[in-house]
Amino acid sequence: MSIFDDAKQAAQGLVQAGMAKAVALAPDSWVPGGKPDPLIRQRHGAIGKPVSRLDGALKVSGKATFAAEFPVEAMTYAAMVYSTIAKGRITQITVSEAETAPGVVVVMTHRNAPRLNPPPAFLSESKAAAGDSLPVMQDERIYWNGQPVAVVLAETQEQADHAASLIRVGYEAEEAQTTFEAAREQGTQQSRFMGQPLHDEVGDAQDAFAKAPHKIDATYTTPRHNHNPIELHGVTLYWRGDGSLRVHDAQQVVAHTAYTLARTFGIDEKQVVVTSPYVGGGFGSKTLWQHQILAAAAARLAKRPVRMVLSREGVYRVVGGRSPTEQRVQLAATDEGRLTAILHRGLTVRTAHNVIAEPFILATRSLYGAETFLLDVHHVDFDMLGNTFMRAPGEAVGTFALESAMDELAHELGIDPIELRIRNEPEKDPISGLPYSSRNVVEAWRSGAERFGWERRNPVPGTVRDGGWLVGMGCATATYPYHRMPGGAARITLSADGRATLDLAAHEMGMGTSTAQTQVAADRLGLPMEAITFNYGDSTLPGLIMAGGSQQTASIGASVIAAYNKLVGELLKLAGNDSPLAGLKTEEVGSRDGGLCALDEPDRFETYASILARAQRDTISVEAEPPMPLETMHWSMHSYGAMFAEVRVNAVTGEPRVSRFLGSFDCGRILNSKTAASQFRGGIIMGLGLALMEETQFDERKGRVLNPSLSEYHVPVHMDVPEIEVMWTDIPDPHAPMGARGIGEIGITGTGAAIANAVYNATGRRVRDLPITLDKLL
Amino acid sequence: MTPFKYTRASDAADAVRKGAATGVKFLGGGTNLVDLMRETIERPGELVDVSGLSTEIVETDEGGLRIGAGVRNTALAEHRRVRTAYPMLTRAMVSGASAQIRNMATVGGNLLQRTRCSYFYDEDGSRCNKRVPGEGCDAIEGFHRGHAILGASDACIAVHPSDMCVALAALDAVVHIEGAKGARTVPLVDFHCLPGDRPDIETVLEPGDLITAVELPPMPFAAASTYRKVRDRASYAFALVSVAAAIEIEDGQVRDVRIALGGVAHKPWRATRAEAALRGAPAGETAFAGAAATELAGARPLADNAFKVRLAERTIVSVLCELAGVTA
Ligand SMILES: Cc1cc2nc3c(=O)[nH]c(=O)nc-3n(C[C@H](O)[C@H](O)[C@H](O)COP(=O)(O)OP(=O)(O)OC[C@H]3O[C@@H](n4cnc5c(N)ncnc54)[C@H](O)[C@@H]3O)c2cc1C
Ligand code: SF4
Repeated sequence: MSIFDDAKQAAQGLVQAGMAKAVALAPDSWVPGGKPDPLIRQRHGAIGKPVSRLDGALKVSGKATFAAEFPVEAMTYAAMVYSTIAKGRITQITVSEAETAPGVVVVMTHRNAPRLNPPPAFLSESKAAAGDSLPVMQDERIYWNGQPVAVVLAETQEQADHAASLIRVGYEAEEAQTTFEAAREQGTQQSRFMGQPLHDEVGDAQDAFAKAPHKIDATYTTPRHNHNPIELHGVTLYWRGDGSLRVHDAQQVVAHTAYTLARTFGIDEKQVVVTSPYVGGGFGSKTLWQHQILAAAAARLAKRPVRMVLSREGVYRVVGGRSPTEQRVQLAATDEGRLTAILHRGLTVRTAHNVIAEPFILATRSLYGAETFLLDVHHVDFDMLGNTFMRAPGEAVGTFALESAMDELAHELGIDPIELRIRNEPEKDPISGLPYSSRNVVEAWRSGAERFGWERRNPVPGTVRDGGWLVGMGCATATYPYHRMPGGAARITLSADGRATLDLAAHEMGMGTSTAQTQVAADRLGLPMEAITFNYGDSTLPGLIMAGGSQQTASIGASVIAAYNKLVGELLKLAGNDSPLAGLKTEEVGSRDGGLCALDEPDRFETYASILARAQRDTISVEAEPPMPLETMHWSMHSYGAMFAEVRVNAVTGEPRVSRFLGSFDCGRILNSKTAASQFRGGIIMGLGLALMEETQFDERKGRVLNPSLSEYHVPVHMDVPEIEVMWTDIPDPHAPMGARGIGEIGITGTGAAIANAVYNATGRRVRDLPITLDKLL
Repeated sequence: MTPFKYTRASDAADAVRKGAATGVKFLGGGTNLVDLMRETIERPGELVDVSGLSTEIVETDEGGLRIGAGVRNTALAEHRRVRTAYPMLTRAMVSGASAQIRNMATVGGNLLQRTRCSYFYDEDGSRCNKRVPGEGCDAIEGFHRGHAILGASDACIAVHPSDMCVALAALDAVVHIEGAKGARTVPLVDFHCLPGDRPDIETVLEPGDLITAVELPPMPFAAASTYRKVRDRASYAFALVSVAAAIEIEDGQVRDVRIALGGVAHKPWRATRAEAALRGAPAGETAFAGAAATELAGARPLADNAFKVRLAERTIVSVLCELAGVTA
């Protein structure tokens, strides 16, 4: 049963497709970004500076308050019991021992949980945030192995944990769909992404492939991954006397979560306030899962505040991860290495209760100028925890397949892999036909190759040795699209003492957003950074701004531009005829030195203080929304990177280790060189984990995760991470706010393939199945 | 976690007295026991802290070392005599866990740490003969890439995870025990058990037995010994295979040799067959490879851990070549 309506998505997709044609043909000036953001020209402000994170000192001194640290009177602490079958029903649940255990306030099961509406699943509507649309503890049904079946509230965490261990649950298991092979036999379905089918055809790719003189046909597999942000998913919440719900959460979608909680509890959206000032990493996982809903339900039952912090195991049971993929890539080329066909098709896993299929063909859509394409994603539905997005969903694993295949082709043709990529550089987007807004990947390749010392690579695999280690170099293209979701908004409040406050429901998950956006606001308003207060992480603030899809920078940027333009208009009105600015139009005015000036005549200037004083105002506050993000239907907008890895493989044991890495990026203008470098490096480290070690052990017999801990689920430790060099073109994208495209996810793309290709160069072994563990190299 | 009482033993006799009651467990650094208590796999009613009892490392009259059971892993690894006379032990220690865990963990606790088999840890959701004898073993047809290739049974294929114990097995270490019936010693190689049909019985200890020390006999040729750990990441991972070895060569012949393997069995695996094959043989790759093959001839791998057989052989050969100064 699909609670979520795929047909509705399909219909939305058709409307969008129709609109896309019209927008593609519209004149530039009608489209957001058609007129470059004036800040792009400004080169001497705060933008680009390596400003240290403004919240750094608070964090290292323990003064930044995270969701599970807010003190509340009369708090109760929650623990959960998770199902041990994948599908079926609870036949018996014995809670008497738990109820009488010391300190227990209440034990909640489906028998006494408040009645709730099913939460709308993420992306099923614009404000939806839930991991899936399943009813939460409403009956005895079990939908996945790990589903919460009981919540204990107690006076201390230890008492809650103990009482939870006393609950006994009996199940009647039904046959569950938890194996790839069985699910495939039942039939696969067309996958969609944001409403559109994940299927593209240009020309007759099958035919071109059949006729080509050189071809690669290989299947690549990637495993399931789980989210492991350092901060566990925690929430502190309580109901107020007026029936409203106050939530301190770890969040990357505060406004979406407030809306979805309101829908679930059948109350008005305004009655739910979600704040999240600090987040210890999200990567796509800090959205709404059952634990927040259950915490709120239990709080209502107990009439007490609740703190619920998932254990690390709990995160694996309740918070979805990245689905496994099986991807077949076929490449066809001429003798000169021109691609005549790219076929990239495959299968992934989803649940029937959410709409997220790992869209691994996205990068392939616009990376190379092949003559023909056949791209497709199908999925099978599992009885499992709803999967979700994890850093660069689609691109992270899709580029592993595509870029490994490109390396195989380069080898087959005897052409240098960088040269092969450059030969297939497209003039316009090969599938949409749109012009690129800004694409300088060739420059990234050339400068990166020089810096890395690519010319020292021996193209013959297995020939370079250093003591007991086989040494190899590999490269791959990184790419991630520019996104901007609809729904942004911002409020700017300017006061006569020369300070400005920006309010947006945006997020700081540790990546430096608040710092970089303070730099941007300072330049935009012509104020020093110290004069800017940037408020975020609060669902009562304007905007529906997701910290995901690397789109937050653009979304905040466009929202602040809209608010700024409105502010300038209002100020010009207040300035009136006695001002040096009299007669100027909004678009003729910019900011400098705490005031407004004519863009062409900077001496025509008046300070904000002076304008406000004359108008006898202490403050002025405006709020505005940016136009719809039509720019992505008018230009093909993407970030790029050239990734270089040097790998050592132990000649005796096969242990693979990365000894050097360089990422050369083309991501538009870099807003803060320090936080950006950290983002790139962080993505590359996660990509290193994807290449060499990350893997969820999902026991298909039971649909159960068997390594829900950081000791058994391997992510890179310090010794696995070599010196990582990052560099960038810093060429502004003329059609993006501030000239900047997002940088949060691109680092993990291409990295897996660069490492796999280096392993091949070192050993002559092509590993097409991630992670590349030593047993595959022995 | 189940509520428990915490007390401290004043001396070994006090510990043995307290330990005799049912539901009592000794506490070392707690890095393994407390984890297992959190998972409710262990539910002691009382913890008797013995970590402060015997924290000294002293030289024995014979010229060996007597290491108190309460010595922290870091202190043992750093000890000057250990580093010079038994370097394989230092290498084994520092390749285990993380610096923080080693600062807490004791020698006694390290000997008794339990397997990391995922099904053993999954108390709610999986069957495990080690937790519930007779229940079945979910690992045999499940994830067993890290599991045993030597000495396993139909009941259990788990491995002993310790690095330290592999070196101790190679160094002929002896475990000092105090129990209700007095003091006794057991060679380390006989201390841990193979799983047989009772994988819940992991050592020869009787209920209430206290480990007081581990003794290393003098072994001059161990001064050039080493430990090699093969794992899935550069640090903070358990061994897929590890090799502790020392070799004494005279006139190109192997006079004496010690080899122990980790990550391959329910106990630290002393490679007695390989050692026997090597004594008196010419020190060279051919003999090393032959000896390794002899030892691994008894391997019974499963689908996903078959690679360990070759890995163990190759690692043994490589380590011996390195110690013998010959190229592989
Ligand atoms: C994440 C992680 C990674 C790890 N990685 C490694 C690794 O790579 N290699 C490795 O070798 N180890 C590793 N370890 C395990 C670590 O070495 C052990 O946890 C540690 O050695 C146990 O020592 P302890 O003093 O903390 O023991 P405790 O946890 O205190 O006790 C363990 C057991 O020993 C018993 N005990 C303790 N002292 C005595 C005594 N004197 N007499 C009788 N019984 C006693 C206790 O009752 C208990 O049953 C890792 C552990 C963790 C948590
Ligand atoms: S291998 Fe041993 S420890 Fe693991 S599940 Fe089987 S019986 Fe339990």
